[in-house]
Order: sequence, then structure tokens, then C-alpha cells
Amino acid sequence: MFKSVLKKAAGAVAVAAGLAAMSAQAADVKVGFVYIGPPGDHGWTYQHDQGRLAVEKELGVETTFVENVPEGPDAERVINQLAATGHNLIFTTSFGYMNPTLKAAKRHKNVKFEHATGYKQAANVATYSGRFYEGRYVVGHIAGKMTKSNVLGYIASFPIPEVIRGINATIRGARAVNPDATIKVVWVSSWFDPGKESDAAKTLIDQGADVILQHTDSPAPVQVAEERGVWAVGQASDMHKFGEKAHLTAIIDDWAPYYIERTKAVMDGTWTGGGDTWGGFKTGMVVMADYNKAIPADVVELAESIRKGIIDGSVHPFAGPVVKQDGTVAVPAGETPDDGFLAGMNFYVEGVDGEMPQ
Amino acid sequence: MFLKLESRGEANRNMVYLTPVLAVILTLITGFFLFLAMGHDPFEALYTFFIYPISNSYGISELLVKATPIILCAIGLSMGFRANVWNIGAEGQLTLGAIFGGTVALMFYEQEGWYIIPLMMVAGVVGGALWAAIPAFLKTRFNANEILVSLMLTYVAFQLLSYLVHGPLRDPDGYNFPESRLFSDSAIVPILWEGTRFHVGGLFALLAVVAGWLMISRHLIGFQIRVIGMAPMAASYAGFSEKKLIWFTLLLSGGLAGLAGMFEVSGPVGQLVPSISPGYGFTAIIVAFLGRLHPVGIMMAGLLVALTYLGGESGQITLGLPEAVTGVFQGMLLFYLLASDVLIKYRVVPNFGTAKS
Repeated sequence: MFKSVLKKAAGAVAVAAGLAAMSAQAADVKVGFVYIGPPGDHGWTYQHDQGRLAVEKELGVETTFVENVPEGPDAERVINQLAATGHNLIFTTSFGYMNPTLKAAKRHKNVKFEHATGYKQAANVATYSGRFYEGRYVVGHIAGKMTKSNVLGYIASFPIPEVIRGINATIRGARAVNPDATIKVVWVSSWFDPGKESDAAKTLIDQGADVILQHTDSPAPVQVAEERGVWAVGQASDMHKFGEKAHLTAIIDDWAPYYIERTKAVMDGTWTGGGDTWGGFKTGMVVMADYNKAIPADVVELAESIRKGIIDGSVHPFAGPVVKQDGTVAVPAGETPDDGFLAGMNFYVEGVDGEMPQ
Repeated sequence: MFLKLESRGEANRNMVYLTPVLAVILTLITGFFLFLAMGHDPFEALYTFFIYPISNSYGISELLVKATPIILCAIGLSMGFRANVWNIGAEGQLTLGAIFGGTVALMFYEQEGWYIIPLMMVAGVVGGALWAAIPAFLKTRFNANEILVSLMLTYVAFQLLSYLVHGPLRDPDGYNFPESRLFSDSAIVPILWEGTRFHVGGLFALLAVVAGWLMISRHLIGFQIRVIGMAPMAASYAGFSEKKLIWFTLLLSGGLAGLAGMFEVSGPVGQLVPSISPGYGFTAIIVAFLGRLHPVGIMMAGLLVALTYLGGESGQITLGLPEAVTGVFQGMLLFYLLASDVLIKYRVVPNFGTAKS
């Protein structure tokens, strides 16, 4: 009897101690974010900042961000400064921070680093990115159904695999429902340049494109599409407020679930580095914005069936046959390529109009 | 207008050197009220901005790293500015220096040799000087405006760098990302201060300051530069060649900017990337004037402006200040300096239309 009371008391003490330890952990964990741009109200950095705010709200931890950090020698200092000021987990949210992040990680072995979109890891550096091509595949289906001219226009930034994959996923989606569809690409050599993006959108429309897609960050293409009465698809954020009529949907980057999970892992002491997380529809890292009311119900249904198919694994945007632009087969029918193939993609598939810049 | 500016004649020499200090003090006072208006404790904010970043040895080393390219560029530019040669394109010359130096580094990828870094330095100087030779040639041959030519060439330089890192110099194992390989250790400049990023480039910046001072105060060419800037006619009567000085000052400033670019890629960056400098070449123009075109003044101004960058970062990290505060401080500094300059040279007098004579 006495023993059991003692046990209970001990248990209560242990629970109390555990709670205290947990809240102490929340107070101890400070999360830093390095941004390439200002958070603003849409786009790449905005989405990362939404993730940061979700971490604060969900876990009650303190967060810090540094905005407009150039991808050069300054990045390393900013990351080092965050590490030196008691931040135990630091998210660096642009590709150009890859080597600075690794250098800072070497200096601060006890701090955990997460680098978005990179391919180099270390014991205390993990990388993460979204399977945005899944969203592009869904969008491709919608675009293939909605186009009258059978020409899609794509505003692209730089010819890296991430962007090539997006173009290919889009046209594969479109041709799955509309074999006549082709896609024209304009490269603007920038991730954010409203002037160039808007010129590119106008050029594409003049060349017959009636659905404008973008792998750049400004709302200018959506605005041009609205003016010119063609369709558009938003990038990174829901961009419908920039073109209520034109905006078919948008592929939203949702970093919140990942940021919360990784921060929690640091609090629990279960965080590990060295790995790469590539999240898609399934993990909630890629989300579709609301569909435009003008899209017919059967097309919405089709888009949703593709999205669900990707989640349950029955649909893969690059399931064979994958045929290159020149007619050679990259993936034979019946085969599904692995992530390594996707990560290094450096060719156009059939249906893409024009040559890839070298 | 009820006020007008009246020339004071000869400007007070002491005031010429005092105004930069005055500008700094006025900036601090305005900053105080700015932070107050933003709802921050102004003392804490000013401390975070100007003292905290250099309160430990790592911070001081970072200040020196940041100031090195700015001072190198500004010393070169100031020589031209003294002689009324307006090189606005140090940013482009810096980029060319980075390209030339970086290309040498990549040519000797995974090779050893004491000569690699000296070769990169020479290449950097040559690259910057070549880029500055274009406005020099067009100015001396066709009397083309060097401000426009040098400025526009900056954008050409950016495109050239972009082309190279997207194409010929791209890391073959880098998944097509626009970056070169990381330079081998033999192409990374030696670190002068163990455990920091302070590299040998800092020494060359100091050397440039001393050499610039000697040149201006002791050497004939420095005398020529000063005379041609103050009295071009007198200079031509004295037989000084204006063309020669245009060539000299542009090649010098281009070469120093190129050296700065080479040190950036071979030091803190360690590879060629699509953008090397966050505007050092342009910042150097402010620094040259803030430092009164005097090498020692430039050194101090360079450190101060570098501090505003660092302060902006620590303000964001510890107080959540917006990044724009950095720009506001740099803008205020220049504004107050120019305003004080006007007031040294002119006095403000009421204007009731009677002053006509």
C-alpha cells in the first residue's frame, strides 16, 4: 500500500519533471530562418515565412528571420551569426546558401541546419524540397483540357533540373488528356523580375498560348493573363487576387508541416541530419489552391483524381513511357523512374517546343 | 524662394575634414529618434546596430572581411575622382576580376603550386583593368562619356558572369545549377586570422591605402592628378597630359576593383556564383566621397559603411528590425554629408529680391 503510494508520487514527480523538461525545451529551442527576399504577401519567401509563423504558433518556440540575404559571402556570416546567437535549428531557404550553410555547419557542430533545394548534406545538415512536379502534372491536365489553341506558355527561370522537370510534368499532364497540346518556353534568367516576366507572358500570348504557367515568383504573368483574357496558373502562393478570372489554380508550397515536424524533432532530441526530404502531395508540402469556378466539374474531378492517384501511388507523373523531345525513349513503358532520375533531369520530353538553353 | 545660397568663397579647411564626423553624429541622432518612433529602445537599438557587431573578435574579423573589397575599390576610384575621371563601373570591373581570377583557379583545379594564387591575383588585376580600359579608350579616342560607358559595362559584366556560370564554367557534377566547382585549397587565399574568414586581401587593402597616400602626397603623378582635378587649364600649361591621366586613373581603379573581385571569389565565396558582389563597387563610390577622397579617410569610411551592413544583420537577428534600416542609415550618412558640404561652401541668406546687383 505504502509502496504503491510512493510509486504514484514518484510517477507524478516524474511526469511533472517531464513536463518541466518539455517546456524548458520549448524555451531553449530557437529557430532561425534565412530568406532570399522580403516576406511580402506572396511567393517563395512568403511561403517560408508562413511556415515560420506556423512553427511559432504550434510549438510556442522563438523564431528569427533575416531577409534579403544575398547569395554570396554575406550569407555565411548571417548563418554564423544566427548560430552564435543561440539558434539551435536554422533553415536556409534558397539554393545559393548551400555552400555557406555547409561552411557554417562545420563551424557550429552543435547547431542543426536545414537547407532548402540543395543536394549536399552533412552530419548536422539536412536538405528538403517539394515535389512540385506533382502539382505541375495536375495543372497540366487542367491546362490540356482548358486550352483552345493547344499551345501552353511557360515562363521559366534557369535550366536546372527542378525547372526542366516542371516543364516536362506540365506537358505530360496536358498530353495525357490532349495529345495535340504543345508547350512554348520563355527563359527569363531570373526568379523574380516582374518586367521580364510580363514581357515573356505577352510574347507567349502573342504566339498563341492561352494558358500561361510560370516558374518565377512575381504575379505579373497572372496579371497579364487577366488583361489579355487567357488562363494562368499561380506559383508558390495562391495568386487569385492578381487575376480573379484568369487564375485557374496555383501550386502552393506549404512548408509548415515540415518545419513543425523538424522543430519538434529538435525539441525531442530525435533530429538527424545527412538526409534529404522530398515532400509532395502526400506529406502536404505541395498543395493545390482552390480551383477556378470557370473550370468544368468533370475537369476538376479529373484533376482531383490525378492528385489522389499521386498520393496513393497509382499515378506517377513520369511513369513510362517517357519519350524525349527527339523521340528516344528515356523510360520504357511499364517502368517508373527513381528519384535520382528525376533529380538529374536535363532533357525535354516530347511536346516541348524549342531547344533548351545550354 | 525666400532663401538662397550665397558662396562663402574659400571653404574652411578644418570644416572639410569635420563634416564627415558631423554627418555621422547627425545620423546617430536621427537614428535615435527613428528607433524611438519605431517603438524600440533607441539606446539598445543603436548598441545593436553599431557596437554589438564588433563586440567580439569574430565580429571584428567579419567587419574587416566586408570592408576589404569596398576599400580596395574606393581607393582606386578616389584617384580618378580627384582628376575628374568618373569611373562609376567598379562593380563591373570587380566582376571581371572575379571572372579572370576564378577562371585561373578552375584551370588549376586540383593542382598544387605556390604560383596559383599570385597568378590569380595578376589575372584579377588584368581583368578589372581591361574592363576599365574600354571607357578609357572611348574617352581618349572619341571623348565618350566615361560615366555612362563604365556604368553600362557593369551590366555587360553581370551577363558575362551569368553566361559563364550557366555554361562553360559550370560545375559538371552540380546538377546544372549555375555555379562553378568549389576552388581547390591551392586557389583559396590564405587566412590571416585563424578561425575567421579574414584573408590576405585585407593586407592588400591596407597596402593600397598606404600606397595611395604616398602617391597623392609624395609622387609627381599624384600632384598631376590633383592639379588636373582643380585646374585643368593650369595642368595643360604645365605640360601634364590629360589623356595619360585618364588612362592611368581608369586602369588603376579597374585593376584594384579587379583585385577586390578576385579576393572575394578566392576568399569568402570560394567558387564562381551568378552574383559575386552585393554592390561593393557602387558602395565604394559613397565611401570614396565619405572619406573625402583621402586614402586614410576612405579606410575609415569603408569600415563605417561595412559596419552598417553588419549592424543591419544583427538588428534583424536580435531586435527584428527590418532590413531596410541598413539602407536608411547609409542614405542618411550620405545625405548629411552632402548637406553639410553645401553649407560649408555656401551660406543660406534670406532672399527678398533686393540682393540683385
